Amino acid sequence: MGNRTSKRNEWFLTVPSLIWLVILFLVPTIMIFAISFKPPDQYGGFAPGWTLKTLASLAQPNYPAIIWRTIYLSVITTVICILLATPVGYCMARLTGRWRQIFLLLVIVPFWTSFLVRIFAWKVLLHPDGLIKRFLVFLHLVGPDATLLYNAGAVLLVMVYNFLPFAILPIYAAAAKFDFRLVEAAQDLGAHKFQSFMRVFIPGIWRGLITAILMVFIPALGSYVIPDIVGGPSGEMIGNKIAQRVFVDRNLPHASGLSSFLTLTVLIPMAVVMLMQKRKQRAGPIIEGEA
Amino acid sequence: MRRSRTPIVVTIIVLLFFYLPVFILVLNSFNASRFGGAWEGWSLSWYRQLFHHREIWASVRNTMIIAFTATGISVVIGTTAALALHRFQSRLQQFHYMLIYTPLVIPEILMGIGLLLFFVAVGMQLGLFTIFLAHVTFCISYVAMVVLGRLQNFDFSIVEAAQDLGANLPTVTWRILIPLLSPGIIAGALLAFTLSIDDFVITFFVAGPGSTTLPIRIYSMIKHGSPPLINALSTILLVVTFLAVLISQNFMEEEEA
Repeated sequence: MGNRTSKRNEWFLTVPSLIWLVILFLVPTIMIFAISFKPPDQYGGFAPGWTLKTLASLAQPNYPAIIWRTIYLSVITTVICILLATPVGYCMARLTGRWRQIFLLLVIVPFWTSFLVRIFAWKVLLHPDGLIKRFLVFLHLVGPDATLLYNAGAVLLVMVYNFLPFAILPIYAAAAKFDFRLVEAAQDLGAHKFQSFMRVFIPGIWRGLITAILMVFIPALGSYVIPDIVGGPSGEMIGNKIAQRVFVDRNLPHASGLSSFLTLTVLIPMAVVMLMQKRKQRAGPIIEGEA
Repeated sequence: MRRSRTPIVVTIIVLLFFYLPVFILVLNSFNASRFGGAWEGWSLSWYRQLFHHREIWASVRNTMIIAFTATGISVVIGTTAALALHRFQSRLQQFHYMLIYTPLVIPEILMGIGLLLFFVAVGMQLGLFTIFLAHVTFCISYVAMVVLGRLQNFDFSIVEAAQDLGANLPTVTWRILIPLLSPGIIAGALLAFTLSIDDFVITFFVAGPGSTTLPIRIYSMIKHGSPPLINALSTILLVVTFLAVLISQNFMEEEEA
Protein backbone atom coordinates (compact mmCIF):
# COMPACT_ATOMS: atom_id res chain seq x y z
CA MET A 1 0.00 0.00 0.00
CA GLY A 2 1.45 3.35 -1.02
CA ASN A 3 1.69 6.27 1.33
CA ARG A 4 -0.95 8.18 -0.58
CA THR A 5 -3.54 5.39 -0.49
CA SER A 6 -2.81 4.98 3.21
CA LYS A 7 -3.43 8.69 3.79
CA ARG A 8 -6.61 8.46 1.71
CA ASN A 9 -7.81 5.45 3.73
CA GLU A 10 -7.13 7.33 6.94
CA TRP A 11 -9.24 10.27 5.81
CA PHE A 12 -11.97 7.96 4.52
CA LEU A 13 -12.23 6.27 7.92
CA THR A 14 -11.81 9.41 10.00
CA VAL A 15 -13.99 11.94 8.20
CA PRO A 16 -17.48 10.65 9.19
CA SER A 17 -16.91 10.70 12.95
CA LEU A 18 -14.63 13.74 12.79
CA ILE A 19 -17.16 15.90 10.97
CA TRP A 20 -20.09 14.67 13.03
CA LEU A 21 -18.36 15.35 16.34
CA VAL A 22 -16.88 18.68 15.30
CA ILE A 23 -20.32 19.97 14.28
CA LEU A 24 -22.42 18.38 17.01
CA PHE A 25 -19.98 18.22 19.90
CA LEU A 26 -17.08 20.65 19.55
CA VAL A 27 -19.06 23.58 18.11
CA PRO A 28 -21.90 23.22 20.70
CA THR A 29 -19.33 23.10 23.52
CA ILE A 30 -17.69 26.30 22.27
CA MET A 31 -21.14 27.83 21.93
CA ILE A 32 -21.77 27.29 25.64
CA PHE A 33 -19.04 29.86 26.27
CA ALA A 34 -19.96 32.16 23.38
CA ILE A 35 -23.67 32.44 24.23
CA SER A 36 -22.75 33.64 27.75
CA PHE A 37 -21.82 36.93 26.06
CA LYS A 38 -25.14 37.29 24.22
CA PRO A 39 -28.20 39.21 25.40
CA PRO A 40 -31.42 37.14 25.70
CA ASP A 41 -34.41 37.98 23.51
CA GLN A 42 -38.04 37.73 24.60
CA TYR A 43 -38.73 34.56 22.57
CA GLY A 44 -36.37 32.37 24.60
CA GLY A 45 -33.49 32.64 22.16
CA PHE A 46 -30.69 35.17 22.02
CA ALA A 47 -30.52 38.61 20.43
CA PRO A 48 -27.72 39.83 18.14
CA GLY A 49 -24.80 41.78 19.60
CA TRP A 50 -22.55 41.05 22.55
CA THR A 51 -22.87 41.95 26.21
CA LEU A 52 -21.25 41.41 29.59
CA LYS A 53 -24.59 41.78 31.39
CA THR A 54 -25.24 38.03 31.47
CA LEU A 55 -21.99 37.37 33.27
CA ALA A 56 -22.82 40.16 35.74
CA SER A 57 -26.25 38.59 36.35
CA LEU A 58 -24.51 35.39 37.52
CA ALA A 59 -23.57 37.18 40.75
CA GLN A 60 -26.74 36.08 42.54
CA PRO A 61 -26.68 35.78 46.31
CA ASN A 62 -27.97 32.18 46.38
CA TYR A 63 -25.46 30.80 43.84
CA PRO A 64 -22.39 30.48 46.11
CA ALA A 65 -24.31 28.16 48.47
CA ILE A 66 -25.47 26.02 45.53
CA ILE A 67 -21.98 25.85 44.03
CA TRP A 68 -20.53 24.87 47.38
CA ARG A 69 -23.20 22.18 47.82
CA THR A 70 -22.52 20.84 44.32
CA ILE A 71 -18.82 20.51 45.09
CA TYR A 72 -19.09 18.98 48.54
CA LEU A 73 -21.83 16.51 47.54
CA SER A 74 -19.71 15.40 44.57
CA VAL A 75 -16.58 15.04 46.71
CA ILE A 76 -18.37 13.02 49.42
CA THR A 77 -20.08 10.85 46.77
CA THR A 78 -16.69 10.13 45.18
CA VAL A 79 -15.04 9.28 48.52
CA ILE A 80 -17.85 6.90 49.54
CA CYS A 81 -17.92 5.25 46.10
CA ILE A 82 -14.15 4.65 46.15
CA LEU A 83 -14.23 3.33 49.73
CA LEU A 84 -16.95 0.83 48.79
CA ALA A 85 -15.72 0.00 45.29
CA THR A 86 -12.14 -0.85 46.29
CA PRO A 87 -12.98 -3.87 48.49
CA VAL A 88 -15.61 -4.97 45.94
CA GLY A 89 -13.09 -4.76 43.07
CA TYR A 90 -10.54 -6.63 45.17
CA CYS A 91 -13.04 -9.32 46.07
CA MET A 92 -14.20 -9.79 42.47
CA ALA A 93 -10.64 -10.01 41.17
CA ARG A 94 -9.85 -12.77 43.67
CA LEU A 95 -12.85 -14.83 42.63
CA THR A 96 -12.37 -17.33 39.86
CA GLY A 97 -14.35 -18.83 37.01
CA ARG A 98 -18.07 -18.98 37.33
CA TRP A 99 -18.40 -16.89 40.51
CA ARG A 100 -16.44 -14.08 38.97
CA GLN A 101 -18.77 -14.10 35.94
CA ILE A 102 -21.83 -14.03 38.18
CA PHE A 103 -20.56 -11.16 40.34
CA LEU A 104 -19.51 -9.20 37.27
CA LEU A 105 -22.96 -9.63 35.77
CA LEU A 106 -24.55 -8.52 39.06
CA VAL A 107 -22.50 -5.32 39.01
CA ILE A 108 -23.18 -4.66 35.33
CA VAL A 109 -26.97 -5.07 35.45
CA PRO A 110 -27.63 -1.90 37.51
CA PHE A 111 -25.25 -0.09 35.17
CA TRP A 112 -27.61 -0.90 32.30
CA THR A 113 -30.95 -0.44 34.04
CA SER A 114 -32.92 2.71 33.50
CA PHE A 115 -31.43 5.66 35.32
CA LEU A 116 -34.87 7.14 36.08
CA VAL A 117 -36.16 3.82 37.39
CA ARG A 118 -33.27 3.55 39.85
CA ILE A 119 -33.93 7.05 41.18
CA PHE A 120 -37.65 6.44 41.35
CA ALA A 121 -37.09 3.25 43.40
CA TRP A 122 -35.41 5.40 46.06
CA LYS A 123 -38.09 8.05 45.94
CA VAL A 124 -40.61 5.34 46.85
CA LEU A 125 -38.41 3.90 49.60
CA LEU A 126 -37.67 7.26 51.21
CA HIS A 127 -41.26 8.46 50.89
CA PRO A 128 -43.04 9.27 54.19
CA ASP A 129 -45.13 6.08 53.73
CA GLY A 130 -42.16 4.17 52.38
CA LEU A 131 -40.45 1.11 53.79
CA ILE A 132 -37.27 2.75 55.10
CA LYS A 133 -39.12 5.50 56.90
CA ARG A 134 -41.44 3.02 58.62
CA PHE A 135 -38.52 0.77 59.50
CA LEU A 136 -36.56 3.65 61.07
CA VAL A 137 -39.64 4.82 62.99
CA PHE A 138 -40.18 1.25 64.18
CA LEU A 139 -36.61 1.19 65.50
CA HIS A 140 -37.20 4.62 67.10
CA LEU A 141 -34.26 5.98 65.13
CA VAL A 142 -36.32 8.82 63.69
CA GLY A 143 -39.51 10.52 64.81
CA PRO A 144 -42.77 9.85 62.95
CA ASP A 145 -42.63 13.26 61.26
CA ALA A 146 -39.00 13.20 60.15
CA THR A 147 -38.49 13.68 56.41
CA LEU A 148 -36.02 11.45 54.60
CA LEU A 149 -36.83 12.83 51.18
CA TYR A 150 -36.10 16.28 49.71
CA ASN A 151 -32.81 17.12 51.38
CA ALA A 152 -29.08 16.95 50.62
CA GLY A 153 -28.75 13.62 52.45
CA ALA A 154 -31.22 11.95 50.07
CA VAL A 155 -29.28 13.38 47.10
CA LEU A 156 -26.03 11.97 48.50
CA LEU A 157 -27.53 8.51 49.06
CA VAL A 158 -29.01 8.28 45.56
CA MET A 159 -25.84 9.66 43.94
CA VAL A 160 -23.76 6.95 45.64
CA TYR A 161 -26.31 4.36 44.53
CA ASN A 162 -26.23 5.61 40.97
CA PHE A 163 -22.48 6.14 40.52
CA LEU A 164 -21.13 3.14 42.44
CA PRO A 165 -21.06 0.75 39.44
CA PHE A 166 -18.99 3.38 37.56
CA ALA A 167 -16.40 3.15 40.34
CA ILE A 168 -16.46 -0.64 40.70
CA LEU A 169 -15.87 -1.49 37.03
CA PRO A 170 -12.54 0.38 36.51
CA ILE A 171 -11.22 -0.74 39.91
CA TYR A 172 -12.17 -4.34 39.15
CA ALA A 173 -10.53 -4.08 35.70
CA ALA A 174 -7.29 -2.85 37.29
CA ALA A 175 -7.47 -5.43 40.10
CA ALA A 176 -8.02 -8.26 37.60
CA LYS A 177 -4.61 -7.45 36.08
CA PHE A 178 -2.92 -7.13 39.49
CA ASP A 179 -0.49 -9.87 40.51
CA PHE A 180 -1.78 -11.03 43.89
CA ARG A 181 1.46 -12.87 44.60
CA LEU A 182 2.83 -9.43 45.53
CA VAL A 183 0.34 -9.25 48.42
CA GLU A 184 1.33 -12.74 49.52
CA ALA A 185 5.01 -11.81 49.32
CA ALA A 186 4.38 -8.74 51.49
CA GLN A 187 2.58 -10.89 54.05
CA ASP A 188 5.39 -13.48 54.03
CA LEU A 189 7.73 -10.61 54.81
CA GLY A 190 5.63 -9.77 57.87
CA ALA A 191 3.07 -7.21 56.67
CA HIS A 192 -0.35 -7.81 58.13
CA LYS A 193 -3.47 -7.97 55.94
CA PHE A 194 -4.48 -4.33 56.09
CA GLN A 195 -0.90 -3.14 55.59
CA SER A 196 -0.38 -5.29 52.51
CA PHE A 197 -3.74 -4.10 51.14
CA MET A 198 -2.90 -0.42 51.58
CA ARG A 199 0.78 -0.48 50.62
CA VAL A 200 0.89 -3.12 47.89
CA PHE A 201 -2.58 -3.56 46.40
CA ILE A 202 -3.66 0.13 46.33
CA PRO A 203 -0.48 1.40 44.57
CA GLY A 204 -0.82 -1.54 42.18
CA ILE A 205 -4.25 -0.45 40.97
CA TRP A 206 -3.79 3.35 41.07
CA ARG A 207 -4.72 3.78 37.42
CA GLY A 208 -8.04 2.07 37.97
CA LEU A 209 -8.59 4.24 41.05
CA ILE A 210 -7.97 7.44 39.10
CA THR A 211 -10.34 6.34 36.32
CA ALA A 212 -12.94 5.50 38.97
CA ILE A 213 -12.54 8.90 40.65
CA LEU A 214 -13.04 10.70 37.32
CA MET A 215 -15.96 8.47 36.30
CA VAL A 216 -17.78 9.40 39.52
CA PHE A 217 -16.66 12.93 40.30
CA ILE A 218 -17.19 14.53 36.87
CA PRO A 219 -20.73 13.26 36.20
CA ALA A 220 -21.58 13.95 39.86
CA LEU A 221 -20.71 17.63 39.41
CA GLY A 222 -23.21 17.80 36.56
CA SER A 223 -26.01 15.95 38.40
CA TYR A 224 -29.40 17.32 37.70
CA VAL A 225 -32.05 14.59 37.70
CA ILE A 226 -31.15 13.14 41.11
CA PRO A 227 -31.40 16.45 43.03
CA ASP A 228 -34.45 17.30 40.93
CA ILE A 229 -36.34 14.16 41.99
CA VAL A 230 -35.17 13.53 45.57
CA GLY A 231 -33.49 16.84 46.49
CA GLY A 232 -36.09 19.55 46.91
CA PRO A 233 -35.00 23.18 47.42
CA SER A 234 -32.42 22.30 50.09
CA GLY A 235 -30.73 19.75 47.82
CA GLU A 236 -30.36 21.81 44.65
CA MET A 237 -27.16 21.67 42.61
CA ILE A 238 -25.76 23.73 39.69
CA GLY A 239 -27.44 21.36 37.22
CA ASN A 240 -30.87 22.27 38.63
CA LYS A 241 -30.17 25.96 38.17
CA ILE A 242 -29.10 25.40 34.55
CA ALA A 243 -32.28 23.44 33.88
CA GLN A 244 -34.45 26.07 35.58
CA ARG A 245 -32.94 28.84 33.43
CA VAL A 246 -33.67 26.74 30.33
CA PHE A 247 -37.10 25.29 31.11
CA VAL A 248 -38.63 27.75 33.57
CA ASP A 249 -37.55 31.26 32.58
CA ARG A 250 -36.08 30.33 29.20
CA ASN A 251 -33.01 32.53 29.62
CA LEU A 252 -30.48 30.69 27.47
CA PRO A 253 -27.58 33.14 27.93
CA HIS A 254 -27.88 32.87 31.70
CA ALA A 255 -27.98 29.06 31.42
CA SER A 256 -24.85 29.20 29.23
CA GLY A 257 -23.07 31.34 31.80
CA LEU A 258 -23.78 28.77 34.50
CA SER A 259 -22.82 25.93 32.13
CA SER A 260 -19.52 27.65 31.28
CA PHE A 261 -18.77 27.75 34.98
CA LEU A 262 -19.63 24.04 35.29
CA THR A 263 -17.45 23.22 32.26
CA LEU A 264 -14.48 24.98 33.86
CA THR A 265 -15.11 23.12 37.14
CA VAL A 266 -15.12 19.83 35.26
CA LEU A 267 -11.91 20.68 33.40
CA ILE A 268 -9.95 21.14 36.65
CA PRO A 269 -9.94 17.45 37.74
CA MET A 270 -9.23 16.40 34.13
CA ALA A 271 -6.28 18.80 33.92
CA VAL A 272 -4.92 17.55 37.26
CA VAL A 273 -5.00 13.97 35.99
CA MET A 274 -3.28 14.93 32.76
CA LEU A 275 -0.52 16.71 34.70
CA MET A 276 -0.10 13.66 36.91
CA GLN A 277 0.17 11.52 33.81
CA LYS A 278 2.88 13.79 32.40
CA ARG A 279 4.83 13.60 35.66
CA LYS A 280 4.55 9.85 35.94
CA GLN A 281 5.78 9.57 32.33
CA ARG A 282 4.41 6.11 31.86
CA ALA A 283 3.44 4.55 28.58
CA GLY A 284 -0.19 4.27 27.60
CA PRO A 285 -3.18 6.39 28.54
CA ILE A 286 -3.95 6.93 32.20
CA ILE A 287 -7.63 6.52 31.59
CA GLU A 288 -8.55 3.06 30.52
CA GLY A 289 -11.65 2.54 28.44
CA GLU A 290 -14.00 0.43 30.49
CA ALA A 291 -17.71 -0.15 30.72
CA MET B 1 -2.62 -17.86 54.13
CA ARG B 2 -5.98 -16.84 55.48
CA ARG B 3 -7.63 -14.01 53.62
CA SER B 4 -9.52 -11.18 55.22
CA ARG B 5 -13.31 -11.53 55.16
CA THR B 6 -13.93 -7.77 54.92
CA PRO B 7 -13.95 -7.53 51.07
CA ILE B 8 -16.53 -10.26 50.59
CA VAL B 9 -18.74 -8.82 53.34
CA VAL B 10 -18.58 -5.34 51.75
CA THR B 11 -19.33 -6.87 48.33
CA ILE B 12 -22.43 -8.66 49.58
CA ILE B 13 -23.67 -5.51 51.34
CA VAL B 14 -23.09 -3.49 48.16
CA LEU B 15 -25.00 -6.00 46.06
CA LEU B 16 -27.90 -5.94 48.53
CA PHE B 17 -27.78 -2.15 48.33
CA PHE B 18 -27.95 -2.40 44.53
CA TYR B 19 -30.81 -4.86 44.34
CA LEU B 20 -33.02 -4.22 47.34
CA PRO B 21 -34.64 -1.00 46.02
CA VAL B 22 -35.20 -2.59 42.62
CA PHE B 23 -36.61 -5.74 44.19
CA ILE B 24 -39.08 -3.76 46.28
CA LEU B 25 -40.10 -1.80 43.20
CA VAL B 26 -40.81 -4.99 41.25
CA LEU B 27 -42.75 -6.43 44.18
CA ASN B 28 -44.80 -3.24 44.52
CA SER B 29 -45.76 -3.41 40.85
CA PHE B 30 -47.85 -6.48 41.79
CA ASN B 31 -49.22 -4.85 44.93
CA ALA B 32 -52.92 -4.02 44.87
CA SER B 33 -52.30 -1.06 47.19
CA ARG B 34 -52.27 2.29 45.50
CA PHE B 35 -49.51 3.82 47.60
CA GLY B 36 -47.32 0.77 48.04
CA GLY B 37 -46.99 1.36 51.77
CA ALA B 38 -48.56 -1.90 52.84
CA TRP B 39 -49.12 -5.19 51.06
CA GLU B 40 -52.74 -5.57 49.98
CA GLY B 41 -52.51 -8.67 47.88
CA TRP B 42 -51.35 -9.62 44.39
CA SER B 43 -52.74 -7.74 41.45
CA LEU B 44 -52.04 -7.26 37.78
CA SER B 45 -54.27 -4.19 37.53
CA TRP B 46 -51.35 -1.78 37.10
CA TYR B 47 -50.12 -3.74 34.12
CA ARG B 48 -53.62 -3.74 32.69
CA GLN B 49 -53.90 0.04 33.11
CA LEU B 50 -50.48 0.46 31.57
CA PHE B 51 -51.61 -1.47 28.55
CA HIS B 52 -54.42 0.99 27.90
CA HIS B 53 -52.26 4.06 28.45
CA ARG B 54 -52.17 5.65 24.96
CA GLU B 55 -49.55 8.29 25.80
CA ILE B 56 -47.08 5.69 26.99
CA TRP B 57 -47.39 3.68 23.80
CA ALA B 58 -46.93 6.82 21.70
CA SER B 59 -43.73 7.59 23.63
CA VAL B 60 -42.53 3.99 23.23
CA ARG B 61 -43.00 4.37 19.50
CA ASN B 62 -40.90 7.56 19.43
CA THR B 63 -38.23 5.94 21.58
CA MET B 64 -38.01 2.95 19.25
CA ILE B 65 -37.82 5.07 16.09
CA ILE B 66 -34.92 7.04 17.58
CA ALA B 67 -33.16 4.01 19.09
CA PHE B 68 -33.15 2.04 15.82
CA THR B 69 -32.10 4.91 13.57
CA ALA B 70 -29.51 6.32 15.99
CA THR B 71 -28.02 2.87 16.60
CA GLY B 72 -27.82 2.15 12.87
CA ILE B 73 -25.97 5.35 12.04
CA SER B 74 -23.74 5.41 15.11
CA VAL B 75 -22.63 1.80 14.58
CA VAL B 76 -21.32 2.66 11.11
CA ILE B 77 -19.65 5.92 12.18
CA GLY B 78 -18.34 4.48 15.46
CA THR B 79 -16.84 1.43 13.72
CA THR B 80 -15.03 3.47 11.07
CA ALA B 81 -13.78 5.75 13.86
CA ALA B 82 -12.42 2.77 15.80
CA LEU B 83 -10.68 1.40 12.68
CA ALA B 84 -9.06 4.80 12.06
CA LEU B 85 -7.93 5.13 15.69
CA HIS B 86 -6.51 1.64 15.71
CA ARG B 87 -4.83 1.66 12.32
CA PHE B 88 -3.21 5.11 12.19
CA GLN B 89 -0.99 7.05 14.54
CA SER B 90 -0.97 10.72 13.68
CA ARG B 91 -1.72 14.18 15.02
CA LEU B 92 -5.14 13.87 13.37
CA GLN B 93 -5.87 10.68 15.30
CA GLN B 94 -4.83 12.29 18.59
CA PHE B 95 -7.40 15.02 17.98
CA HIS B 96 -9.89 12.38 16.79
CA TYR B 97 -9.37 10.35 19.97
CA MET B 98 -9.95 13.42 22.11
CA LEU B 99 -13.21 14.14 20.25
CA ILE B 100 -14.39 10.55 20.76
CA TYR B 101 -13.28 10.34 24.38
CA THR B 102 -14.47 13.66 25.84
CA PRO B 103 -18.24 13.04 25.35
CA LEU B 104 -17.84 9.94 27.56
CA VAL B 105 -16.59 11.91 30.55
CA ILE B 106 -18.30 15.29 30.50
CA PRO B 107 -21.61 15.57 32.37
CA GLU B 108 -24.63 14.90 30.15
CA ILE B 109 -26.21 18.21 31.04
CA LEU B 110 -23.37 20.07 29.29
CA MET B 111 -23.87 18.08 26.12
CA GLY B 112 -27.61 18.70 26.36
CA ILE B 113 -27.34 22.45 26.76
CA GLY B 114 -24.62 22.72 24.10
CA LEU B 115 -26.79 20.91 21.56
CA LEU B 116 -29.84 22.99 22.50
CA LEU B 117 -27.88 26.22 21.95
CA PHE B 118 -26.61 24.89 18.64
CA PHE B 119 -30.08 23.91 17.38
CA VAL B 120 -31.54 27.25 18.48
CA ALA B 121 -28.66 29.14 16.82
CA VAL B 122 -29.07 27.39 13.47
CA GLY B 123 -32.86 27.72 13.72
CA MET B 124 -33.62 24.01 13.72
CA GLN B 125 -37.08 22.94 14.88
CA LEU B 126 -36.78 20.83 18.05
CA GLY B 127 -38.31 17.38 17.68
CA LEU B 128 -37.57 13.76 16.82
CA PHE B 129 -34.87 14.75 14.33
CA THR B 130 -32.88 16.82 16.83
CA ILE B 131 -33.17 13.97 19.36
CA PHE B 132 -31.88 11.58 16.71
CA LEU B 133 -28.88 13.85 16.00
CA ALA B 134 -28.12 14.14 19.72
CA HIS B 135 -28.33 10.38 20.28
CA VAL B 136 -26.03 9.56 17.36
CA THR B 137 -23.54 12.06 18.82
CA PHE B 138 -23.15 10.30 22.16
CA CYS B 139 -23.58 6.77 20.77
CA ILE B 140 -20.63 7.17 18.35
CA SER B 141 -18.22 7.41 21.28
CA TYR B 142 -19.53 4.30 23.03
CA VAL B 143 -19.56 2.19 19.85
CA ALA B 144 -16.05 3.38 18.94
CA MET B 145 -14.71 2.44 22.40
CA VAL B 146 -16.27 -1.04 22.38
CA VAL B 147 -15.06 -1.81 18.84
CA LEU B 148 -11.62 -0.37 19.63
CA GLY B 149 -11.39 -2.78 22.57
CA ARG B 150 -12.21 -5.64 20.24
CA LEU B 151 -9.59 -4.48 17.71
CA GLN B 152 -6.86 -4.68 20.35
CA ASN B 153 -6.55 -8.42 19.75
CA PHE B 154 -7.28 -8.38 16.05
CA ASP B 155 -4.61 -9.70 13.70
CA PHE B 156 -4.28 -7.28 10.80
CA SER B 157 -1.97 -9.64 8.91
CA ILE B 158 -5.15 -11.44 7.79
CA VAL B 159 -6.23 -8.27 5.99
CA GLU B 160 -2.81 -7.86 4.43
CA ALA B 161 -2.76 -11.51 3.37
CA ALA B 162 -6.15 -11.07 1.67
CA GLN B 163 -4.94 -7.97 -0.10
CA ASP B 164 -1.79 -9.77 -1.28
CA LEU B 165 -4.06 -12.44 -2.70
CA GLY B 166 -5.88 -9.79 -4.71
CA ALA B 167 -8.90 -8.92 -2.57
CA ASN B 168 -10.07 -5.35 -3.00
CA LEU B 169 -11.30 -3.05 -0.24
CA PRO B 170 -15.03 -3.96 -0.41
CA THR B 171 -14.18 -7.68 -0.37
CA VAL B 172 -11.85 -7.23 2.59
CA THR B 173 -14.50 -5.21 4.42
CA TRP B 174 -17.40 -7.60 3.83
CA ARG B 175 -15.64 -10.95 3.93
CA ILE B 176 -13.00 -10.33 6.63
CA LEU B 177 -13.38 -7.19 8.73
CA ILE B 178 -17.12 -7.30 9.40
CA PRO B 179 -17.39 -11.03 10.18
CA LEU B 180 -14.37 -10.96 12.50
CA LEU B 181 -15.38 -7.73 14.19
CA SER B 182 -19.07 -8.61 14.45
CA PRO B 183 -19.02 -9.58 18.17
CA GLY B 184 -17.57 -6.16 19.00
CA ILE B 185 -19.91 -4.38 16.62
CA ILE B 186 -22.97 -6.17 18.02
CA ALA B 187 -21.89 -5.45 21.61
CA GLY B 188 -21.40 -1.79 20.65
CA ALA B 189 -24.79 -1.70 18.93
CA LEU B 190 -26.54 -3.17 21.97
CA LEU B 191 -24.85 -0.61 24.22
CA ALA B 192 -25.84 2.24 21.87
CA PHE B 193 -29.41 0.92 21.68
CA THR B 194 -29.77 0.67 25.47
CA LEU B 195 -28.23 4.10 26.02
CA SER B 196 -30.55 5.62 23.44
CA ILE B 197 -33.65 4.01 24.99
CA ASP B 198 -32.60 5.15 28.45
CA ASP B 199 -31.32 8.65 27.79
CA PHE B 200 -33.23 11.34 29.60
CA VAL B 201 -31.02 14.39 30.25
CA ILE B 202 -29.79 15.13 26.73
CA THR B 203 -33.14 14.17 25.19
CA PHE B 204 -35.05 16.48 27.55
CA PHE B 205 -32.96 19.44 26.41
CA VAL B 206 -33.39 18.87 22.68
CA ALA B 207 -36.97 17.54 22.62
CA GLY B 208 -39.81 19.61 21.25
CA PRO B 209 -43.59 19.40 21.41
CA GLY B 210 -44.89 16.04 20.18
CA SER B 211 -41.54 14.28 20.47
CA THR B 212 -42.00 12.81 23.96
CA THR B 213 -39.84 9.72 24.45
CA LEU B 214 -40.36 7.02 27.06
CA PRO B 215 -37.85 8.45 29.59
CA ILE B 216 -39.46 11.89 29.27
CA ARG B 217 -42.86 10.29 29.85
CA ILE B 218 -41.50 8.39 32.88
CA TYR B 219 -39.99 11.60 34.24
CA SER B 220 -43.28 13.47 34.04
CA MET B 221 -45.04 10.46 35.63
CA ILE B 222 -42.51 10.52 38.50
CA LYS B 223 -43.17 14.23 38.92
CA HIS B 224 -46.96 14.15 38.66
CA GLY B 225 -48.27 10.65 37.96
CA SER B 226 -49.28 7.55 39.86
CA PRO B 227 -46.47 5.48 41.40
CA PRO B 228 -47.91 1.97 40.77
CA LEU B 229 -48.02 2.58 37.01
CA ILE B 230 -44.36 3.57 37.04
CA ASN B 231 -43.58 0.43 39.07
CA ALA B 232 -45.20 -1.74 36.43
CA LEU B 233 -43.51 0.11 33.58
CA SER B 234 -40.14 -0.08 35.36
CA THR B 235 -40.51 -3.82 35.86
CA ILE B 236 -41.07 -4.34 32.14
CA LEU B 237 -38.03 -2.17 31.39
CA LEU B 238 -35.92 -4.12 33.90
CA VAL B 239 -36.81 -7.42 32.25
CA VAL B 240 -35.94 -6.03 28.81
CA THR B 241 -32.57 -4.65 29.96
CA PHE B 242 -31.70 -7.83 31.82
CA LEU B 243 -32.20 -9.80 28.59
CA ALA B 244 -30.09 -7.26 26.67
CA VAL B 245 -27.26 -7.59 29.21
CA LEU B 246 -27.37 -11.39 29.03
CA ILE B 247 -27.19 -11.32 25.23
CA SER B 248 -24.36 -8.79 25.16
CA GLN B 249 -22.42 -10.71 27.84
CA ASN B 250 -22.51 -13.72 25.53
CA PHE B 251 -20.86 -11.66 22.81
CA MET B 252 -18.30 -10.28 25.27
CA GLU B 253 -17.40 -13.77 26.47
CA GLU B 254 -16.77 -14.81 22.92
CA GLU B 255 -14.44 -11.86 22.73
CA GLU B 256 -12.41 -13.08 25.71
CA ALA B 257 -12.15 -16.62 24.42
